[in-house]
Amino acid sequence: MAETKSLEILVKDAKTKLDAQVREVVQWHFSPDTGTPFWLEKAKEYKFNPLKDVHTFEDLRLFGTFEDEWLRGGPVQRWIPKGYAGKPTYVFETGGTTGLPKTRVVIDDFRIDYEMMSDTLPDKYFPKGSNWLMLGPSGPRRLRLAIEHLAQHRGGICFCIDLDPRWVVKLIKMREIGMANLYKEHAIDQALTILAGGHDIKCMFTTPKLLAALDEALRSGKLEDKFRQLGKKIPAGGLKSIKAAGITGIFSGGTEFTPQFTREAYEEMLDNGDVYMTPTYGNTLMGLACSKPICPEDGFKISYYAPQPRAAIEVVDPKNYDKLVEYGQTGRVLLTTLTKEFFVPRFPERDEGERELPFEKYPWDGVSGVRPFSEFAASTVVGVY
Amino acid sequence: MLHIPALRLGKPYTSLNKTQLVHHVTGETVAEVSQVNGSQIVRDISKMEEARNELQAIPMDKLMHMVKEAGRIFATDTLPCGDQAQSFDDYIRNLSSTTGSPMVFCKRNAGKVEYVLRNIDTIIAGLTRGLDMSILDKGHGSQDGRTLCFVPTCSSFGAILPSNSPGVHSLWAPTPALKIPLILKPGREEPWTPFRVIQAYLKAGIPAAALNFCPTDHAGASEILRGTGRSMLFGDSTTTEPYKNDHRVEIHGPGYSKVLIGEDKISHWKDYIDIIAESIAANGGRSCINVSAVWVPSHGKEIAHAISEKLAKIKARSYDDPNAELAAFANPDVPERISGMIDNLLKTPGASDITEKVRGTPRFVKEGRCAWLLPAIVHCETYDHPLANKEFLFPYASVVECPQSDMLKLIGPTLVATAITEDKDFAHALLNSTNVDRLNLGPIPTNRLTWDQPHEGNLFTHLYKQRAYQQSGF
Repeated sequence: MAETKSLEILVKDAKTKLDAQVREVVQWHFSPDTGTPFWLEKAKEYKFNPLKDVHTFEDLRLFGTFEDEWLRGGPVQRWIPKGYAGKPTYVFETGGTTGLPKTRVVIDDFRIDYEMMSDTLPDKYFPKGSNWLMLGPSGPRRLRLAIEHLAQHRGGICFCIDLDPRWVVKLIKMREIGMANLYKEHAIDQALTILAGGHDIKCMFTTPKLLAALDEALRSGKLEDKFRQLGKKIPAGGLKSIKAAGITGIFSGGTEFTPQFTREAYEEMLDNGDVYMTPTYGNTLMGLACSKPICPEDGFKISYYAPQPRAAIEVVDPKNYDKLVEYGQTGRVLLTTLTKEFFVPRFPERDEGERELPFEKYPWDGVSGVRPFSEFAASTVVGVY
Repeated sequence: MLHIPALRLGKPYTSLNKTQLVHHVTGETVAEVSQVNGSQIVRDISKMEEARNELQAIPMDKLMHMVKEAGRIFATDTLPCGDQAQSFDDYIRNLSSTTGSPMVFCKRNAGKVEYVLRNIDTIIAGLTRGLDMSILDKGHGSQDGRTLCFVPTCSSFGAILPSNSPGVHSLWAPTPALKIPLILKPGREEPWTPFRVIQAYLKAGIPAAALNFCPTDHAGASEILRGTGRSMLFGDSTTTEPYKNDHRVEIHGPGYSKVLIGEDKISHWKDYIDIIAESIAANGGRSCINVSAVWVPSHGKEIAHAISEKLAKIKARSYDDPNAELAAFANPDVPERISGMIDNLLKTPGASDITEKVRGTPRFVKEGRCAWLLPAIVHCETYDHPLANKEFLFPYASVVECPQSDMLKLIGPTLVATAITEDKDFAHALLNSTNVDRLNLGPIPTNRLTWDQPHEGNLFTHLYKQRAYQQSGF
């Protein structure tokens, strides 16, 4: 009973913090002094006053839903709050799998998000000071710089590969499956070269598909081949698994994670959990949501929790975004980002999933079983890398 | 709830990801099927060289005996089906329930699979043109005074299978008898036959590691085609197009099988209506060896009318009716879309659905969630009408008028051609035609097979290549 009450208090406290964050962020983005040109312009269309009428998270419904079309095309400067004018600014793009990519300006958010995430990584598997391999997309993406910052924040150095997922999308649309496979092999070959380079890499970011491709390459002896080509001695025990290659921790995300894939990774690629893997759900707009630790006892279910109060996830009725579905029921993921750099109220993500209960570590709603929103799934190419 | 596991190296594997199979009449879930990831299949394929070595170690005569025994087991024994036991009758009922194919068709098609297994020596002799099987045991040998040596082209053979007709399973079934491990992706609605054949193989003593049953998605199917050294792929032209230049993949797409009547026989066209009707409608018109076009030099409209009078008698019947002649569609939306597509194409002038006029009722029939398409014979005034060269999953054929001299230039790829002619020049041209895969000269229905000859590709030449071999003493 006491435990239940404690969770209730935690949930209440979290909601109080979320409401405070809403007030602070809305004041910042709509104030004439610090506000964001896009939102100041948009406010002229509203029949409410964001500075006076928005007090709680629920009040964000006044904004309707955020349209991702607003993020396509420029000038991107309209998204920089006046309060941050003159600060060095990055622009990051989404995958570009659905036409003109969406863009987001960032100053420090990606560093803050990944430093917060870093606190959730167990040091046993992600040792401080160890080097990282970024086996994921390069180019104008937040992920590549974020992983590099994560490695540096933990005292290591990040080695990266070149990977352009947009080219893979084109190959798939042209039905050039053979070429797409060759490109994947090219990505893996770069990773093997880095692993063969003697850089003492223990941690890695990768996507489900590239994890499977790396595992396949290792099992077929391609890292050992690299060692032979370089005239290096193959260590006792060989190099035919991710564990044998020296990796101890994997931070994984980027595309859909199914429980069955997670189980396969755990049982068949990562030596029954000897190598630790933590899935994440995130994107350029939100930042990243961490998962509950995965385990066989939980059926390898993956439940994600947003980094509240900087972002919040709601699982809503696809026909009525104001209505949360019941716990355990399926709905569309509605995303809200609440930082002083970027305000995105109620953005309907291209994903669906089941609403999850709060728990002590994350005393707010989560989402599990995340997959492409069924109404879009047939027409969109996702998760190519 | 019946659960059908995947079989990885012959061992049952229960996945967290399962698809549901529903009864085509009631919509009730009949079974769940465990789905494996493409990367799991790739991992298993990497172990197939060892599995092939196990098969290679079994002498051909013993292997043939095992396969024959598997044929008996398939047709008579009660076998494991996931967590339940399945008799042959249960199998037929299950198969019919999820595919919509009438039980009478299912039994007939299962008979083809049984025949191939029980007569594997005849089948292999047909595929190898009478090769002394001991040559495959040793890798080389001598026959009729000639040195022969064959080497496998692959460590495993993959098959991406359809759901439309279980008879196609007779095409891959001889693979273990040729000492090559199997990686099977069953059709979504038809896991039953491949699963049962594998259970029969296991009971007959074929090494488990060589038998893989891998229900999976499109990405998994691509991994099978990428990872196995040789494979066969069933599907429509959209599915098969990316692999058309990949010699490792034997494509089984639409057949566009045809009956051609020569000028010398056209005045006797009435004598051939029964053969043409059987070629169109046997097995519910679902096979690629069913005729989808009848090419004639004249009398097109009369021929279309005569075929229609015969086929218009076919009615939609329940899946358990022994007189059923049509398969229902597992997904009732599909026949409605197909019928709509035909109606749309009929708007192009120069074609009409003669059978619909003769029957006086629409071709699309729906009762509850069950739907059928009744036969459609479309008369096309010209060969280039959009309905002249179409193939659908029901008894459909166009009747096209074309001068005999132009036929072979215009028919396009044809899996089976029955040419009704005694004209030697026309017969010679047919024998030389690269468009025709299997040729019947004379009034033979296209659905009649001769099992001692390869059809739809040759599994043996797909799985083995001949190489030069010399040996000398020291």
